[in-house]
Formats: sequence, C-alpha cells, structure tokens
Amino acid sequence: MRMKKTAVAMLLAGGQGSRVGVLTKKVAKPALPFGGKYRIIDFPLSNCVNSGIDTVGVLTQYMPLDLNAYVGNGQPWDLDRNDGGVSVLPPYVRGKDGEWYKGTANAIYQNIQYIERYDPEYVVVLSGDHVYKMDYSKMIDFHKEKGASCTIAVLNVTLEEASRFGIMNTDDDNRIYEFEEKPAHPKSTKASMGVYVFSWKKLRQYLIEDEADPNSQNDFGKNIIPRMLEDKEPLYAYEFNGYWKDVGTLPSLWETNMELLGEDSPIKLGDPSWKIYSRNPNEPPHYTAPDAVITNSMITEGAVIEGAVENSVIFYGVHIGKGAVVKNSVIMPDTHIEDGAVVEYSIIGQDATIGERAKVGMSREDAIKSVHPGKLTGYLAVIGDDVVIGKDQVVQAGEMLGENRI
Amino acid sequence: MNNDAFGLIFAYQDDNVMKSLTQKRALSSIPFGGRYRIVDFILSNMVNSGITKVGIITRNNYQSLMDHLGSGKEWDLSRKNGGLYMLPPFFSQGTAYRGKMEALRNAESFIRKSSQEYVIMANADSIANIDLDAALEYHKSKGADITMMYKKQAFKPAEEDVGQNCVIKTQEDGRVIDIAMDPAPSDEIVNLSMGVMIMQRSLLETLILECSSHNMYSLHRDVLQRRINDLKIYGFEYSGYFQKIDSISSYFATNMDLLNTDIREQLFGTNRQIYTKIRDEAPTIYRGQSSVKNSLVADGCVIEGTVENSIIFRGVHIHKGAVIRNSIIMQDTEVQEDSELNYVITDKDVVIRESRKLFGYNLYPMVLAKGSVV
Repeated sequence: MRMKKTAVAMLLAGGQGSRVGVLTKKVAKPALPFGGKYRIIDFPLSNCVNSGIDTVGVLTQYMPLDLNAYVGNGQPWDLDRNDGGVSVLPPYVRGKDGEWYKGTANAIYQNIQYIERYDPEYVVVLSGDHVYKMDYSKMIDFHKEKGASCTIAVLNVTLEEASRFGIMNTDDDNRIYEFEEKPAHPKSTKASMGVYVFSWKKLRQYLIEDEADPNSQNDFGKNIIPRMLEDKEPLYAYEFNGYWKDVGTLPSLWETNMELLGEDSPIKLGDPSWKIYSRNPNEPPHYTAPDAVITNSMITEGAVIEGAVENSVIFYGVHIGKGAVVKNSVIMPDTHIEDGAVVEYSIIGQDATIGERAKVGMSREDAIKSVHPGKLTGYLAVIGDDVVIGKDQVVQAGEMLGENRI
Repeated sequence: MNNDAFGLIFAYQDDNVMKSLTQKRALSSIPFGGRYRIVDFILSNMVNSGITKVGIITRNNYQSLMDHLGSGKEWDLSRKNGGLYMLPPFFSQGTAYRGKMEALRNAESFIRKSSQEYVIMANADSIANIDLDAALEYHKSKGADITMMYKKQAFKPAEEDVGQNCVIKTQEDGRVIDIAMDPAPSDEIVNLSMGVMIMQRSLLETLILECSSHNMYSLHRDVLQRRINDLKIYGFEYSGYFQKIDSISSYFATNMDLLNTDIREQLFGTNRQIYTKIRDEAPTIYRGQSSVKNSLVADGCVIEGTVENSIIFRGVHIHKGAVIRNSIIMQDTEVQEDSELNYVITDKDVVIRESRKLFGYNLYPMVLAKGSVV
C-alpha cells in the first residue's frame, strides 16, 4: 500500500526563460545559477521540504538534461524518500500519441496518474523562477479554513507595478471575484505569486474538462482560474508578506543577486530556521590572495580572488586574476576573469572567460551620468555560458553576447 | 581504477599531544583546512582510486568521527555492495589495542568477508592527495608481499611529537632492507613511511592469526621488522605533497601550507576531489571595512574585520575592527569587535568577546578549546 499524502507539490520547471536570453541557451530557467551556489529551483524545492511536503513532481520540458542531473534523486533537499520524494516528470508518449506539455494546466493534466498514486487532498502548483522563502503548510491551513477549491498566494505590490502581474480582485474576506492578467487599470494590488493550492478532486475535474475543450490554451491563468470563477467556486487569495522576487528577466536576476549583499539584505539564505538547500559543488574554501581587495560582496567556496571585487556575487570556481576589477556584477560558476580585466554592471554566465585587460560593461560613473538613477539595470552587459572574450576586447554596456569575441 | 582492493583506515592515533583539539574527538576527526576533517583526505584518496569498501578502525573518542562520516554518502560510500564500515572495538576484549595487529584482529571478520584480493591500509593522520592506484599497480608488478609507501624528507619531528615514525631503507630495486622506528632526528633526507601499506588479503589474514596465536600485536616490530627477510617488502616512493599531523605545530604548519597555491593545487586542483560532510551554508558575505589577505575562507561566514594569513572555517563571524592574523578559526567561532588574534587556534563554537587580545607564537600557537568564551 502506498501511503496517502495530504499534499503533493507539482513544480512547473519547463519554461525556456527567453527573457534571460543567452543565459538559458543550455539550461532551463529553473536551473539558472543564483546567489553564489544555488539554482533558482532550490527555492521551491527547499520550501517544499521545509513545509513538510515530501512528494514533489518536477515537470520538465525545455533543456531538461542539466535540470534532471541537478535534481537527481533529490538527496540534497532531503527528498530521497522511500515513499514519495522527488520525481522528474518529462512529457512522454502514451499509446500512439505523445505530445509536449501544451500549457501549464496540460502539464498537470498529463501527470494525473502520478498525483493519483498518492491520493492527495491538496495539490500545490509552483513555478521555478521565483526567489522566496514560504511556508506552504500555512497556506494549506488557510485553504482548509476557508473551505476553498483553490487558493492563490498574492503579494501586495504598488499600483504601478500591478499592471505587470496577474491581479486578484477580492472582497473583504479575501475571496476572489475577479482575475485580471496585467490590467492597464488595476483595481487591486494583490499580485499572483504563481503559487496555487488546489483541492485535488476539484482540480482533477477542471483539468479533465479543460482538456476536452479544443479552444482552451490549457493554461492556469488563462483558462482554469477564469473557468472556476465563472462557476462561482470558492477561490481565495492568501496574502504573503515576505520577500518574493520573480527572477525571470535579466534586470531582476541581477537586482535579486545584489539584494543578497549588505547589512540589511531582505533575504537571509543561510538562516538555519529555513535553510535553502542545494547540490553541493564540493570545492575547497575560497582563497583570497595577498593583493585581493573584497568589498561588500558574496564569495563562494572554490573561488580564487587575486584582484578587486566590489558589490558583486561570485559563484564557486570563479577565478579573478591579478589586477582585475569586478564591480556590481554577478559572476556565475567556473568563469575566469583574467589579469587586468574590468567587469562592471554585468552578468557573466558559467564557464566563460574574460581575457586579459578586456572590458565588459560600463563604469559606475558613466552609468550614473548617462542613465536615470535606479534604472541602471537596463544597461547591464550580459555574457553567455562558455563565451570567450579575448584579450583587450570590449563589451559595451547593454550588450548581450552569446558568442565568442576574440 | 581498481575494484580488487578494499581499504582499512586506522582512525585512532596517539593523540595526547594535540591538547584540547582531541579532548572530545580522535585525531582523525580534527577539523582541517577550513571545511575538512583529517580523515577526509585518506578516505577520499581511497574512493578516488576506485575502492568501494572501506573499514574504519576506531579505538576511543570516535563519536565525533562517526557523526562526521555518517552513512558515508558524501564519499559515495553509502552502497549496497561494500561501502563504509565502522569497526569500533569489542569491549569484551578489555583495554585499548596494544598495537595494529591487535586492532586488525578485531576487524578479522570484516577482512575475511571481503571479496577483494588486496587490502590497502592507511592511517588517518596525514594530509595528501595520493594516487593509490599507482601504488597498487607497483605492488602487483613487483610481486610484492607488502608494499610500503614512503616520502623522501628530512626527519625532524616536533619535540612533543608522539613518535611512531617509521623510517625505511630500500635497495635499488625498491626492496626494503631496513625498518627503523623513531630513529634519531637528522637533517638528512630519509625515506619516511607514510603509513600506507598494501598486501594481499590472504597474507593479512595469515599474519593476524600468526600474531594472535603468539601474543604479538605490533605491526612494525612483530611483522615488518621481524620478517623483513622472508617477506618481500617493497617501498613505493611518493613525490607529491604529504604531511603527517602529529603535533600542534605540524597541525598549524600544515594548515598554513594551504595558503601556498602550489600545495593547494596539488591537494584540491585535480579531479581527484577531497570529499567532506556537507553543511548547506550560504556563501560568505564581506561587509563594511573588511580586509582579507592571503587567507582561505569557507562558506557561511560573515567577514567585517581584517583577516590575514589565516584559515577560516564555515559559519565564522568576524566583527568590525577585529583583526585575525596567522590563525586557524574553526566552525561557528565568533570574534567580536576590535579583538585581535595572532597565532591562535580556536576550536569550534568559541566566542572571543570585544577588544580581547590573544597572541600565541609561530611554533607554539595558542589553542582555545571547543566552546570557550574569552
């Protein structure tokens, strides 16, 4: 007998992440490196295990190899379980037919069998491109208390920001009466965080109906939620007050990394009460050479710093050579910044090489002069994985480079 | 890569010279190099040589070691076939082992049940990244009964050294012709045994039985020295970095060796990784007026002060104005504002309160016991 689970989480990790361009050429967005040693998917996975959810389906589609290898048997997140644990769920062929996941709802629909194995009361639907720490068990409690069919986690945003999100219009009891995707004139500031709790029986029924509708795009936001609202199902908004960041764009990826720095960083990765777990790269401690100068930065094991690093996030295995200067930048794993190179306001992908005396990005002074303050991130230089920038080469601010420049 | 050898690690050493560092742990589980324990090196060496079955022979104070090794999964030794075996003493035998042959007798059934043809035995008291495969190949090619690994170096043990240093002489073909225990120190280069030994499992079984039936217990005296003529004992020279830790000063110096890039490359720069227990720490944060020069810093630290020529373990917090020089700061130590440390070793969970000044000496670093508050 398989043990019945109260809740099963389904993590939508198939997104291509086209808005982060060259950085997702080889990997799916949830596998993007973040915060020195993490990948984005570490956040929902760690949240699950910290919330007591031990059965997680990871739905992959785009560039799954790296993500599959990373998730593996789930051991780093304590999700290698006799019963449940983590399962990577790619689209598959059944009978003569097989198809890709057509939409978010279709992805769950195609895995009804997986969910049914655990006969859960609730299904938590998550996405793989957000950085946040959240106790899903509290949200499930709220869902139960309200007798909801579906509960959607929301974050209070400013009125201006509201037109970039899916907005929940609710009554005083937080019951949702209307859902608007990126409204031009938002009526509420409750933005969907892409975290849903469904009563499984209800969701199952709606997924089957949705699949039968040939006009549906099989999407939660576009089809399932509007249909449930039409049917007057009890949908509730669950207000979340913590830190939450969508890292689906280059500026937000950069900014979220930068927010890890400084005394009053809004997110504490190492907080022992809610640890974020990751697959460990097993590197020796980082080495700072006699001439290294490190200011307000995050440095990970396996890095070697011989130059100057300021306001930057340095991942494992990164080498910063003598006389090199790295400022306000994110340097992803195993990248080499060679002697005398200067990197400013940049995101450099994995395994890249910035040659001697090369210049990437724009200096802080120039950026402030030429750009509206607070909008600096639009002027990021971005270098893709494995890209080689030759000696003395220049990469301008705002450039995104997926190929070598030698 | 070979699968025809299993490993045996002697994870107990005479450790009374290590002061408070071995108060609650064996020498093999003393923290080393920012995130490791001493045992990680030889254990990883074995795993990297394709060994999938390792027995850890313990004697006393092994709780910390067991906690560190757990199921062995970080060394890829959590296996259905083989894997990691803890071999603590049977207490019915009475007191501690008098020698290695007695300890091996205790592990006899583990040895007998192993299917591998060869056994590689080693002490968990040294820092090196050894290719044991090469040594095994040498052993096979020589048709040796026993192969001892050695390193050419001057023999100058620290004054408080516990001894147990074995110096061998070899003839041209590698055959060992003399084995001396704790000879007089000298500046001359000698062949210092690394404590790594290879033999056939069947020979080891025979030797264990022979020793126990004659009330003999010393591997060096009763086996190696006594039978130097009738057993084919060969020496295999190792030319890479190797340091035995047998005193506070050698512990300190070996840690400081890691600040040398060549040595660090030899130990960590190859694809033969050194594995250790994972702690899931966030990367280290540098804030404010931090200044860190020529140091190794593990994950999970917050550095707001000055650090020079030091080894900083995981989860250490160095506050503003604090100055750490030539020191080893172990896991979760907190050094508060304006304190100053020079030639100090702080064990785990030490708190140095504001404006304290502690100075040791190069050859005699000050050691603060686990959990001390200064």
